[in-house]
Amino acid sequence: MNRKVAAPLTVRRDSAQTVTLSVNGHAHELWIEPRVSLLDALREHLRLTGSKKGCDQGTCGACTVWVDGRRVLACLTLAVTCEGHEVTTIEGLSAGGQLHPMQAAFIANDAFQCGYCTPGQIMSAVALLQERHAADDEIAEWMSGNICRCAAYPNIRAAIRQVRDAAGGE
Amino acid sequence: MRPLSYARATDADSAIALVYENRDSEFLAGGTTEVDLLRQNVLRPRLLVDINDLPLNKVEDLPGGGLRIGALARMSDVARAGSVVQRFPVISQALLLGASAQLRNMASIGGNLCQRVRCSYFRDATSPCNKREPGSGCAALSGYNRAHAILGTSDKCIATHPSDLAVALVALDAVVHSRGPAGERAIPIDDFFLLPGDTPEREHPLEHGELITAIEVPATPVARQSAYLKFRDRESYEFALVSVAAAARIEDGAVAEVRLALGGVGTKPWRARRAELSLLGKPATEASFAKAAGQELAWATPTPMNAFKVTLAQRAITRALATLLKGAGR
Repeated sequence: MNRKVAAPLTVRRDSAQTVTLSVNGHAHELWIEPRVSLLDALREHLRLTGSKKGCDQGTCGACTVWVDGRRVLACLTLAVTCEGHEVTTIEGLSAGGQLHPMQAAFIANDAFQCGYCTPGQIMSAVALLQERHAADDEIAEWMSGNICRCAAYPNIRAAIRQVRDAAGGE
Repeated sequence: MRPLSYARATDADSAIALVYENRDSEFLAGGTTEVDLLRQNVLRPRLLVDINDLPLNKVEDLPGGGLRIGALARMSDVARAGSVVQRFPVISQALLLGASAQLRNMASIGGNLCQRVRCSYFRDATSPCNKREPGSGCAALSGYNRAHAILGTSDKCIATHPSDLAVALVALDAVVHSRGPAGERAIPIDDFFLLPGDTPEREHPLEHGELITAIEVPATPVARQSAYLKFRDRESYEFALVSVAAAARIEDGAVAEVRLALGGVGTKPWRARRAELSLLGKPATEASFAKAAGQELAWATPTPMNAFKVTLAQRAITRALATLLKGAGR
């Protein structure tokens, strides 16, 4: 096989070390092990407890955040893999003390009961509009990765439609 | 989760070398299987080699009409790629009917093919499971096996292969390209997925340190008329009980060309060659479809709990073809 000699990679040890994360536009130095999930890094180390731990196995969507603007599950993401990428959480959604229109619409439409899944629902809902899958018959399918055990689904869909229509389309 | 070392790869060869040299290491792509099963203590690597920065994420048209999908392209990106939607709709549909929007943004195409089975006895890290601990037995054989396989089973393992994408790729004769310590090779996808037989722990022929680099789909004009039909216990975000990847071309009312593969029923993504053979040259009628489906499923080895899949799979094949060919070339 004709190839260049591979340069050995730097292996980071399995104990705590400095990991630099950019979250909501701010750089943070964390002292964590490589096995720490992005969700635990956010909640336990940065005290950003908006992202919720529901199942911790990629099923419920309560931990939905954005990495480089794409919605992903923080529980199945290792924090160390996010070095060099931009993480956005529910805490980064409002600007200057003003609620994001989706947050306001969730309140206006009573789109939650216990509220535990709500941050993940909202992070998914805003992404959904950017992905352009917010037609009436698409919303349920494209929100199916966020489970609401209070079954506030009709009101969640109403909130999404309201923001979609206010923005002028799908 | 057990402690882990971590390295981020900057080029494929050093990633391959590092994994090859460390028996307790794995590649880390999207992480949707790896991190989940690490936390469950089902996978037990000590070192993860992060390959996400490698330039393997393109979806490219090949001269002559084929398609090359980089192994690190994400499910969501492949599903919406123009040439996939237009020329291989069955691939796009299979991807969009799997997982959730968040998982599709994370999961890579190479990782999708290597995802592990959803058998609860494999995933609980304690039950007897020949796949997880060779020789320990199979708890599913006498356990709760409603979702398990009815084709390609053995007395060592009856877990169903979970990928939807793989079903579409098997129907289209895709080729898996890999690179390892011994060089590069191309593996026809039907040879990539291994039947459990006596060695259910071995799911594909990749050696330790061998990395999937791309999936190539050959030019397949019939794939323009293709579709993926998926039946499951709930309407969204669930694995298949039965699924069908179908493509067909009708000439003068008869089946001139057909591709069929099944998901949710096989220990590997199941190319339904017996049904294809039965259909060629036959009138494009529901009676022909049902007869062909019956010939494929005649080989099923169901358990009392999943015997319903035998009927469901036949109806799914019939419906997939009837829907696909409605108004086409009759």
